[in-house]
Amino acid sequence: MEWETVIGLEIHAQLNTKSKIFSAASTEYGQKPNSQSCAVDLGLPGVLPVLNVEVVNKAIKFGVAINAHINQRNIFDRKNYFYPDLPKGYQISQMDWPIVGEGKIEITLGEKTKVVGITRAHLEEDAGKSIHDMFDDDTAIDLNRAGTPLLEIVSEPDMRSAKEAVVYAKKIHTLVQYIDICDGNMQEGSFRCDANVSIRPKGQKELGTRAELKNINSFKFLERAINLEVERQQDILEECGSIVQETRLYDSVKHETRSMRSKEEANDYRYFPDPDLLPVEISDELLEKIRQTLPELPAQKKARFVAELGLSDYDADVLTLQKPLADYFETMLEHHASNAKLCANWVMGELSASLNKHQIDIQNSPITAQALSLLISRINDGTISGKAAKDVFKAMWDSKGNADAIIQAKCLKQITDMGAIEAIVEQVIANNAPQVAQFKSGNDKILGFFVGQIMKLTAGKANPKQVNELLRDKLS
Amino acid sequence: MSLSENQVSQIAYLARLSLNEAQLKDTTQDLNAIFSLVEQLANIETDGIEPISHPLHMSQRLREDIVAEQDQSALFQSVAPKTSNGYYLVPTVIE
Repeated sequence: MEWETVIGLEIHAQLNTKSKIFSAASTEYGQKPNSQSCAVDLGLPGVLPVLNVEVVNKAIKFGVAINAHINQRNIFDRKNYFYPDLPKGYQISQMDWPIVGEGKIEITLGEKTKVVGITRAHLEEDAGKSIHDMFDDDTAIDLNRAGTPLLEIVSEPDMRSAKEAVVYAKKIHTLVQYIDICDGNMQEGSFRCDANVSIRPKGQKELGTRAELKNINSFKFLERAINLEVERQQDILEECGSIVQETRLYDSVKHETRSMRSKEEANDYRYFPDPDLLPVEISDELLEKIRQTLPELPAQKKARFVAELGLSDYDADVLTLQKPLADYFETMLEHHASNAKLCANWVMGELSASLNKHQIDIQNSPITAQALSLLISRINDGTISGKAAKDVFKAMWDSKGNADAIIQAKCLKQITDMGAIEAIVEQVIANNAPQVAQFKSGNDKILGFFVGQIMKLTAGKANPKQVNELLRDKLS
Repeated sequence: MSLSENQVSQIAYLARLSLNEAQLKDTTQDLNAIFSLVEQLANIETDGIEPISHPLHMSQRLREDIVAEQDQSALFQSVAPKTSNGYYLVPTVIE
């Protein structure tokens, strides 16, 4: 039987505020355990949660960026369950009146585009962390993360393959960084994906029973976990079994998903409005202000790169996929507005290759945008050849100084003195009579031999364009 | 609408309350009495009335995004049953 895969994603984006959603404790990552969980985060008696204004602003920013409906009156509810890393016995979340309502995101797969519906995006507080392998007989609890603001972005079950799900997740990942509401750091858990996966016979309208996949902390694992789950469900259904609706944990080491039954039992959260929190009212003025101050979005930036800089669709896509990369490229453009293509080639070529090879983020690149900019200037004004520029780049990468210093130290300056090149060209012609004869009898390819000889004699410092011109001139 | 003892015992389990036979009977009765009180609402025309989520007719005040809390973990942990190296310890939770 032919099956169709149906996927919906729940993305938890940690909002990059300084303090927590309902308390003035710090949200900084990696601090001493429990040093950042205050009385409110711990749910001690008598405390009152007070909502952080930036959390509201950032959620609205997301809603506006995807053209979603904003619920100008939204409500916080209590989601009740017991777990040691949830100190209050309930999580403050939003159920019936989330801050962001329906919206849409367009994704591109090769030549095709597809619209993925966003059901909603709601605010909630994160739980703490349980550490199971630190002590033999106990589970250790660190509540520093408790109360960290999250925006949970829920999609419609609109995706039909693991690949589509990854493209969608990446799109959201790029967007939240562009609008500066989330740092997107997946290793630190700032951006987490849960996938609802089901399959159905192709052509069937009703959805199959779904499994929810959790614990996925990279795009690679998202794709693998979904494909694994689809296979598992196909095996069961083809043997006439039935799928149980459940939460499954993805194990990237064993490459398997396994049932998390403990969480299923208590799957009755008894939501009710949190009496500690009043309805949130968003004024028209605030909404309009956020709409007006929204930064350029990835799709807009891409369109601008194509229209104004003349970059190809592909180049514009690569350069806008990550905000830091786009920022780097745009810093270079400040000095090279008319050389966008050359800048793009260097950023996407040498620079990206070196960053990948050494596993360094562009923010920490040993070569700054200004430094690379200077190198581009030296290629542009003919000081060095493109080939020599690659050597200079390598030296810059190894912190050997700026482009000018390296060019000088390595004597890489191109010989642009026509007289000097002319003399060498004449010398090479005089010394290689048989090859000259070959050229004259129509063997055009032999030109490369002469260029090679000249480059050898000038240690690669002659300007190839000038050499070619001179050669043709002298040989004809 | 009324609750069965079965439902009450399920809710009690979710709230981690342990009820004996007699308590279960009493609680079911009490809850159902409260339900019948609330049920009077069913006789009132509520079409077009927006549900309220809070009895105060005010909106939520917002707090500036400023870190103002000190590390008081030593004080908080002094009342915890078990701690080690800055962590709270609980009986092993097996997933």
